[in-house]
Amino acid sequence: MKRLLVVLGAVCLVVLLLGAMHDLAPASVELHAAVATNLTASGVEHPVTAVLLNFRGYDTLLEIAVLLLALIVILAIGMDATISAEATVDVRPLVNPVLQTLAKLVVPLMILVAVYLLWAGSFRPGGAFQAGAVLAAAAVLLHLAELLPSWQSPGVKLRLGLAGGFLIFLAVGAVSLMQGALLEYPLEQAGALILLIESGLTVSLGLILAGLFLLLSRDDGETS
Amino acid sequence: MSLEFAFDLLLALAMVWSAWRSLYATRLDRAIVMFIAFGLLMALAWTRLLAPDIGLAEAAIGAGLTGALLLDAYGALQRKKI
Amino acid sequence: MTGGLLFASVGVILFAMGVAGVLLLGHLLRRILAFNIMGSGTFLVLVALAQRNGIADPVPQAMVLTGIVVAVAATALALALARRLYVLTGKLELSQDDEE
Repeated sequence: MKRLLVVLGAVCLVVLLLGAMHDLAPASVELHAAVATNLTASGVEHPVTAVLLNFRGYDTLLEIAVLLLALIVILAIGMDATISAEATVDVRPLVNPVLQTLAKLVVPLMILVAVYLLWAGSFRPGGAFQAGAVLAAAAVLLHLAELLPSWQSPGVKLRLGLAGGFLIFLAVGAVSLMQGALLEYPLEQAGALILLIESGLTVSLGLILAGLFLLLSRDDGETS
Repeated sequence: MSLEFAFDLLLALAMVWSAWRSLYATRLDRAIVMFIAFGLLMALAWTRLLAPDIGLAEAAIGAGLTGALLLDAYGALQRKKI
Repeated sequence: MTGGLLFASVGVILFAMGVAGVLLLGHLLRRILAFNIMGSGTFLVLVALAQRNGIADPVPQAMVLTGIVVAVAATALALALARRLYVLTGKLELSQDDEE
């Protein structure tokens, strides 16, 4: 009964939305035109980066805050599980040496790709998010090859890296708030400020995304 | 019907089908692998929608990282069941 | 029918499939999958509908880029909670008693 109702409801939703989309009038505000006219004032040449870090900067600020929050919650959830589990010997089989060698070869290249993506973000597709994702993938690869030290208790440097992107962003926001409006950069420094924020974001994003995976998979050998 | 539209249509069908399989495949591991395939098709769709930025992010995060997270959870589940 | 409208329709279908999946599937991992498909559908509608005239619009694209990263954080959080539930109760399904 419930199944039938839900399927019926979903089908009705699809039909209604498709009908509504078909009759939708053209947008009254041309956002892409507004972005294009203001692009010269943003400090970067790629429109998506300009929207992300200049026109709608506070969205990105809140986004990195949400990510940090998610990581902290996961850290808190996992905490007593690892404490209660007695330190067991790792039951996983020995890591393939081919995988380790491959990881050692590939990870520097991945870091290079991440830096390229970060740099490319100011004038073509790319940017902090993609670069951070590549960094995270590199860290996950190192973790799978067991070349990465455990994250059992994050040290000061790691914590600083995790929170750094958010803190840099927040500091820039605070300074700009003192000089005028929140996250409204002065024209001549806009490019440099965006690059600074993006660099911090890349490192933090890479660490946080990798941390999400590493923290979740750390309790592997916990139960027998 | 132009060739481009035919490709879009094929891509759309593949996306709906892979999403369907990832929801209702009988085995969970297959469902997760279908979800990763779905993420890659999404990345393709983003490039068709003139959004290469999202395509890059989707391929790396949507398909790669989410898939790794889900597979890892599935693996941990299987290990604990034994 | 343009490519934008086609992908927006796909987004609607994916969203409805995801909603049905979240409501009907019992297994928590499957629910998380359905939730992700729901999100993907929303992102598709957001971008594809905004550029149904064929011109790239950077504003929804940037919003969706943010959304994808937040979605993976939400997925990781959901997985952490599900795994914690499994460690505590040995089950990966929510109890059905209060649902009927």
